[in-house]
Amino acid sequence: MTGFVMQPDSPPSVRTPTRATTEPLWVRVVLIGVAFAFFAVFLLIPLAAVFIEALKKGWDTYANSISTPDSISAIKLTLVVAAISVPLNLVFGVAAAWSVAKFEFRGKQFLISLIDLPFSVSPVISGLIYVLIFGAQSRFGQALRELDIRVLFAVPGIVLATIFVTFPFVARELIPLMQAQGNDEEEAAVMLGAGGFTTFFRVTLPNIKWGLMYGIILCNARAMGEFGAVSVVSGHIRGLTNTIPLHVEILYNEYNFVPAFAVASLLAILALLTLCVKSFIEWRRGDLEA
Amino acid sequence: MKFTQVLTGVLASATLSVSAAADTTLLNVSYDPTRELYQEYNAAFIKYWKGKTNETLVINQSHAGSGKQARAVIDGQDADVVTLALAYDINALAEKKILPEDWQKRLPQNSSPYTSTIVFLVRKGNPKQIKDWNDLAKPGVGIVTPNPKTSGGARWNYLAAWAYALAQPGGNDAKAREFVGQIFKNVKVLDSGARGSTTSFVERGIGDVLLAWENEAFLAIKELGPDKFDIVTPSLSILAEPPVTVVDKVVDKRGTRKVSEAYLEYLYSPEGQEIAAKHYYRPRDEKIAAKYAGQFGKVNLITIDGVFGGWNKAQKEHFSDGGIFDQLYDNRK
Repeated sequence: MTGFVMQPDSPPSVRTPTRATTEPLWVRVVLIGVAFAFFAVFLLIPLAAVFIEALKKGWDTYANSISTPDSISAIKLTLVVAAISVPLNLVFGVAAAWSVAKFEFRGKQFLISLIDLPFSVSPVISGLIYVLIFGAQSRFGQALRELDIRVLFAVPGIVLATIFVTFPFVARELIPLMQAQGNDEEEAAVMLGAGGFTTFFRVTLPNIKWGLMYGIILCNARAMGEFGAVSVVSGHIRGLTNTIPLHVEILYNEYNFVPAFAVASLLAILALLTLCVKSFIEWRRGDLEA
Repeated sequence: MKFTQVLTGVLASATLSVSAAADTTLLNVSYDPTRELYQEYNAAFIKYWKGKTNETLVINQSHAGSGKQARAVIDGQDADVVTLALAYDINALAEKKILPEDWQKRLPQNSSPYTSTIVFLVRKGNPKQIKDWNDLAKPGVGIVTPNPKTSGGARWNYLAAWAYALAQPGGNDAKAREFVGQIFKNVKVLDSGARGSTTSFVERGIGDVLLAWENEAFLAIKELGPDKFDIVTPSLSILAEPPVTVVDKVVDKRGTRKVSEAYLEYLYSPEGQEIAAKHYYRPRDEKIAAKYAGQFGKVNLITIDGVFGGWNKAQKEHFSDGGIFDQLYDNRK
């Protein structure tokens, strides 16, 4: 609003705000300059470097390095892991957020802390937890081995670790949103005779639609990009249990710098796409709220 | 509804692509610097095995630090064969009853089909004039080596330095301890694995000298250009015997003992030896060794059994928690 406050009788040429409402020019220049320099050094240059390195030897090499059997299997595995863990976390996240935001019960704070746990634990530890549970040295792991069920160093372990690491994204996004919206609309629906499911799908869900999408996108980005936890449980078998981030590390360690950056550029493209969709969602959300 | 269909579709295609490929699969769990070696060797063995038995093989590879890999097999990684950096890591598997105690006697020459040693990789022209182990202890020399606690190669580095100090006139354990302590004062970065150290030295440009596996040093020069680095072979170094063995518990369960044993035995054949030599491992076969003699520097090689009384003893004295390495490293400041 401050932008519109103008003295009624001032001539139109005096448009610069007064000293009282703004910082001196040099402060503004320095602040904005620092922000941009920081942005360029820490985000733009590395991002550009990934693509420059990836395309250093031309499109053909780029296409070839992405389409080797090992790369394709890494891409496939990453998609499979995301396709399993994101929907599950969508269900878990909505359920958790719904119970936390709409109901009062004992141990609610504890539940919220539990939801946050994966954020506060280092991903490496998240992976090690599963090694301890499912490893051949644990009794449970041994029992599974007898039944010929492979969890660790196989796809199920990678999925479990990914679910653990990405669990908070949907719930954390929804809880504040649902709390802010309150229970009024749901109460009205119930009073008018709607059942639990109808209330959820016709009242609650439309209200949280954009927040939910936002959470899913963040969750998906992390599920595809997770390195630490997955590295611990994967076993690094090329062509079988390497996800894209692990495959990038392997290529880099084998002095295959161009292919490493080519595969890494896929993750960078994913990040850029995520950013676009995220901006779109924020824009729609802003529109609806305005 | 639609979504579940998509999901099952994706899952089905993923499982199919994993299982449909071959008659038999083998998993070779190996350490860091053998990637290129086994890439070529696997292709050769698959061809040989197809010709001999008409069975189609797929050989999967897993690479990481030697100690980390042993840990993974203990935790249930289904390795048919392990090809690790040192006997100690396979002894750890024997301790957990995953394979028998006498595993090292099952194949010739301590179950090590190829050997290697520790050399120095220096920057082109050797600006710091590093010729031998004693040059590493001089002030102002920046050393890059992996961490002996996690890396097999680094333990060989450490013990080679120790053995050098012992071999000097008037050398004894106290002097060796001081000498190795001085070397570790000059260490700039301790990476967790051999390949990580190479990257620190070569790509990130840290330090004046990299203590490396001979094959790793040759590979770095081959991949990144002979105009950037030189290899310095010290007067004395250690005979590194990276051992191989089948993992009994896994092969008996999966029914892959025969092919796994053949896979390791073929490493001793002229073709296997030739591939090892091509990837800068010192071959055991005398004919092949003579053929590649010009490739390797002359060096007086001591053995771990001769100087340190075997791996279990060396490990306990030097690298266990609170052992000599820990004491030296804590006191270096």
